[in-house]
Amino acid sequence: MTDAQGSGGGIKLTIRDVAKNFGGVRAVTEVTTGVQEGEIFAIIGPNGAGKTTLLNMISGFYHPDEGSIVFEDKDISNTPPAKIAEMGVARTFQNIALFRGMTVLENMMLGRHVLMKTGVLSAFLYWGPAQREEVRHRERVEEIIDFLNLTDLRKTLAGALPYGLQKRVELGRALAAEPRLLLLDEPMAGMNQEEKEDMVRYVLDVNQEWGTTITLIEHDMGVVMDISDHVAVLDMGAKISQGTPDEVRADPKVIEAYLGTSDQKEVA
Amino acid sequence: MAELSTLPEYMLRNAREMGDQPAMRDKYLGIWKTYTWSQYAQEVRDFALGIASLNFKRGDKLGIIGNNLPKLYWAQVAAQSIGGTAVPVYQDAIAKELAYVLRHSEAKVIVAEDQEQVDKILSIKDELPGLEYLIYCDPRGMTDYDDANLKSYDDVRLAGQTFAASNSSYFDDEVGKTTGVDIALMCYTSGTTGNPKGVMLSHEHLLANAGRFVDAEGIRPDDDFLSYLPMAWVGDTAYGPVLSMLVGSTCNCPENPATVMRDLRELGPTGIIAPPAIWEGMLSTLQLKGVSASPVKRKVYNYFCDVARRIEDLKYENKATPGGLGFWAKIGEIMVFGPIRDQLGLRRARWCYSGGAPMGPDTFRFFRGMGINLKQGYGMTEVGGLVTLQPDDEATSDTAGRPTTGVEVRIEEDSKEVQIKCNSIFAGYYREDGKTAEAMTDDGWYRTGDAGLINENGHLIIIDRAKDVGKLQDGTPYAPQFVELKLKFSPYINEAVSFGDGHPFVSAMVAIDLENVGKWAEEHALAYTNYMDLSQKTEVINLIAEEIRKINQGMPEVSRIKRFLLLTKDLDADDNEITRTRKLRRGFIAEKYGPVIEALYGGAKDVELRLAVTFEDGSESFIDAHMAIQEAA
Repeated sequence: MTDAQGSGGGIKLTIRDVAKNFGGVRAVTEVTTGVQEGEIFAIIGPNGAGKTTLLNMISGFYHPDEGSIVFEDKDISNTPPAKIAEMGVARTFQNIALFRGMTVLENMMLGRHVLMKTGVLSAFLYWGPAQREEVRHRERVEEIIDFLNLTDLRKTLAGALPYGLQKRVELGRALAAEPRLLLLDEPMAGMNQEEKEDMVRYVLDVNQEWGTTITLIEHDMGVVMDISDHVAVLDMGAKISQGTPDEVRADPKVIEAYLGTSDQKEVA
Repeated sequence: MAELSTLPEYMLRNAREMGDQPAMRDKYLGIWKTYTWSQYAQEVRDFALGIASLNFKRGDKLGIIGNNLPKLYWAQVAAQSIGGTAVPVYQDAIAKELAYVLRHSEAKVIVAEDQEQVDKILSIKDELPGLEYLIYCDPRGMTDYDDANLKSYDDVRLAGQTFAASNSSYFDDEVGKTTGVDIALMCYTSGTTGNPKGVMLSHEHLLANAGRFVDAEGIRPDDDFLSYLPMAWVGDTAYGPVLSMLVGSTCNCPENPATVMRDLRELGPTGIIAPPAIWEGMLSTLQLKGVSASPVKRKVYNYFCDVARRIEDLKYENKATPGGLGFWAKIGEIMVFGPIRDQLGLRRARWCYSGGAPMGPDTFRFFRGMGINLKQGYGMTEVGGLVTLQPDDEATSDTAGRPTTGVEVRIEEDSKEVQIKCNSIFAGYYREDGKTAEAMTDDGWYRTGDAGLINENGHLIIIDRAKDVGKLQDGTPYAPQFVELKLKFSPYINEAVSFGDGHPFVSAMVAIDLENVGKWAEEHALAYTNYMDLSQKTEVINLIAEEIRKINQGMPEVSRIKRFLLLTKDLDADDNEITRTRKLRRGFIAEKYGPVIEALYGGAKDVELRLAVTFEDGSESFIDAHMAIQEAA
């Protein structure tokens, strides 16, 4: 298994020797990895391993102190988040970040914002091209609503929904931006078994039916191993393993990071 | 022009005479899409030729499974056009139940809504030797299936277009060959005992039945109806597609089952049929909104609801409404009644029906009071749907209405069984000649199995299943379900069992409604630990006694409940006391509660009973119950 997936046009995202410090704390150290076009790529690791920091660097919330991040041949290491979103990277958050006072439909229409061309004045007048654009965007959002089975909730306030559904709406909002790379920060966190199975189904459907490349972070190894094509394992800010789920599962370093040393295991 | 006698003939007439008028609507991706009669006929033609190219022949059966969708309705008419029979089945049935119906009906082609239904059918494929093709409407998630006998709806439609190129007159020829007596629809009725039975209905049966409804309610081409009830229920076909073919009205399919209430409001249909459960659901939603509204709104709502109720009570007693109340009713129309009709999507509805089960008088009068023309009807699959309806000015909560034009109803002298004669009595149960013969009298009337009576206004009143009706010791007829229903209309009573057959008077065992009585207890600062404790509190017994006193007032002296007791546990399907669909198992109850019945008629003040209870995991235990017996006023 080569790091950064070697050669070819199939590379969506390349992360090379990336590091990030917060004061004296090295959150991420010299991580090198890559995501291939059309795959589901998971980043796993124990709490505090630096997973979210890495994701935040891809989406531009943080900029790496060292190394580079390349998305579709463009270096985005120092690009602001809004710009990265426009380039085709959308994300969801570990703690839900929906507009609670807006409806499901409005939240998802907001996801289209990056694709809207209409200026303030013509949008205000809602005339001609602005109206046509709104209708076109609404059609796409309705397809996503249908895809995620949210039809009965489109006029419901996001804040009034149960947790699992809010997560699904957040996924919908990210999809509304028609991303070529979708970043999911712990999409299954805090969910019950049924909600988890639903979410896994949707993530797989997005990947298979729409061909969207997905990078997800997950704390829970079980789910990830079933759906990912490749997995990278972080521990204490450094990448300790990478490969297919089977390779990673067999890697002694991973077992140690998750279960403690083999000595401890015998004691337990 | 010759008299039209089949559904496809009516469809072709509509396509000719009102080709650009809406025939169907379907909400898809948040937008109502309209299909005209020309499009409708084209879709049916394409699909009919598509299944013809898959070797679907005259007399074959086409299974339909899914929620209400234009494609499924078109498939149904397509099969009927080329001489086949549509067999819609319940979309929420589990695989095992489906297997029986689909095997028994010998369905050759099945049209399923989506992946979920396809998976269900595939899981029972081995039990369906007659099945040749499975067709799905929604392609989502279907990419990984590679079964040669699995086809998409669109593929079949395209195959039909190809087939048409070389067989241009096939469709019209086949429609020409189809006659009114051909079986168009087969609905499986659940029944309380044994396997479901396939009720065969011909084109003529369906059209005759729909014709009666058109006469009764004056259905017009510009009428809009929401097709939201299960397709397997005869009424969905009878009051949806058949009605629309007969007069040219429009069928509208909801987006999905969860959006029905919202779709209803957007659409504003001109008439609606719903089971009592839906009306009760609407009422409780309104009441919930009423409680959580601001104090001013709540006061206004409650005040005008009270006005409406007083007016309905006066109407019920045939008294004139005093001028003052009439004035407030006009204000109420603007402030409350009109907006509520609008909220429910019933602003344009000329008629609303409740059927399938009796409805509580309070719910019934609430909707009447809101200016909603809610009425009751009675019918069954075996007569094509419709038997009796209430005319607008004779709507009450306790009757099923008058026989519609051309329907004769008689009550059998001894058993009080309701028997029916009309021109849409079914052609028989499919492959069940013995059961068909049992269902008919020697002189050709259909035996409903329901016991009823006809009141002084000529309205039919259904009292019970005929086999449950008995006699008190003095010979007075006694219908347990009639008494039990009256008890269950009380919000404080969840279940009730009444006794009387062969006894000197009527008595009852009552299971309280834990939620409502619990709430009542909290409001009255009454502490309790569990169901058993609550049910034996003097205050609760008095509460139920008062409910029974009110119920007794509305009944003739001899049928009144004389003695009752409160059960210390609710009736439970796990304990075999009721079925999963909450129907009483009388035989079992009589045995299990033998000592209670003895005590009720023996004059004892209380009774001790050791009750076996079954827990959810199947384990059993015994509970010693002590129940006090009360004399009712």
